[in-house]
Amino acid sequence: MSSLLAFEEVALARGGRMLFERLTFALGPGQAVHVAGPNGSGKSSLIRLAAGLLEAARGRVERTAEAALADDHLALDRELPLGKALALWARSDVGHALEAAGIAPLAPVPVRLLSSGQRKRATLARVYAANASLWLLDEPLNTLDEAGVAALGVAMARHRAGGGAILAASHAALPGEWTRVELGQ
Amino acid sequence: MIGALIARDLRRGFSGSAWLPLAFFILVAALVPFAIGPDAQLLGRIGPGTMWIAALTAALMPIERLVEPDRADGVLDQLALRGISEEAVALAKILAHWLSFGPLLMLAAVPAAALLNLEATMLVRLELSLAVGTPGLAALSVAIAALVAGLPRAGALAGLLLFPLAVPLLIFATAFLAEGGRLIGLEAAASLLLFALSPLVTGAAIRASRT
Repeated sequence: MSSLLAFEEVALARGGRMLFERLTFALGPGQAVHVAGPNGSGKSSLIRLAAGLLEAARGRVERTAEAALADDHLALDRELPLGKALALWARSDVGHALEAAGIAPLAPVPVRLLSSGQRKRATLARVYAANASLWLLDEPLNTLDEAGVAALGVAMARHRAGGGAILAASHAALPGEWTRVELGQ
Repeated sequence: MIGALIARDLRRGFSGSAWLPLAFFILVAALVPFAIGPDAQLLGRIGPGTMWIAALTAALMPIERLVEPDRADGVLDQLALRGISEEAVALAKILAHWLSFGPLLMLAAVPAAALLNLEATMLVRLELSLAVGTPGLAALSVAIAALVAGLPRAGALAGLLLFPLAVPLLIFATAFLAEGGRLIGLEAAASLLLFALSPLVTGAAIRASRT
């Protein structure tokens, strides 16, 4: 089975400190990896490494699939209505993505007026609409309420059933079945 | 995607403060006669040069909103994930920035020339020098915006960086204003050099800001 994302003996240094080394794992279609570990153990950096935004100190990061990233940056124009702001990044129907995130009624609301939980859902909607087979989620549960977590669980299950893969960093348990990668041990 | 990016930057430029540099440019033209007196001959000699100083400052005005908001909000990261090179992003930003101030300055030069009592030939030269020089100015502004993005007091630092680097362009532009003719070629060369180097510098600066 070909993998969408593979880490091979990867080491990452930030600010002169080795965060992790000899990290090896692969992510194939339908699979999901949960990166866990205490604060500062390099979870977010690992996500950015997978996104190609950081370079590994050693080892190889190989990504063969298009990736969509949700971190704590919204990357949506604040002055635009949510639906229009998402359209810049969308490769599939924005309405479906908004529905999957449970914020369909917010489409005409300017992004700057969204609450922090709504912004998190909007970030996830941006990922859903990107039509990428690999999702990179950095702390996807932060600021989500129970309904938001449930909606995310449904969306992730559907994505995996459709042959997609997920790499998620979270200090809390994620809904669904995950392969765990522990950092900071 | 690049087209969408240019359209987006243009929309943000015009919904924000695109009219500010224009007003500033005309304001300088209106102030110069007060500062150096109503001597028409003196104004005719000094006026065109002051217009170029006003153009430099006008290009600098929006510099803090060119790159920093997109860096802070993760837009640059998302573009990288889409496989768009930082250099292409830079080029889109240069085009959008130029479109949001270059043509407007050329338009503003007409009332400004009237305020300074410039002759028609001098107005034509001023327009030509702006048309040739402002793309270089836009390119320089974007490169410097990327270099100072995320730094404290970025605006002041940007000014300190921009003015010295714009000196060659300023020299050739004002030389053309004074003597006309082929000197526009030298201004074009200075402008082209800035335009060619800017995407490379901007791209490197955006990548460096991630580490």
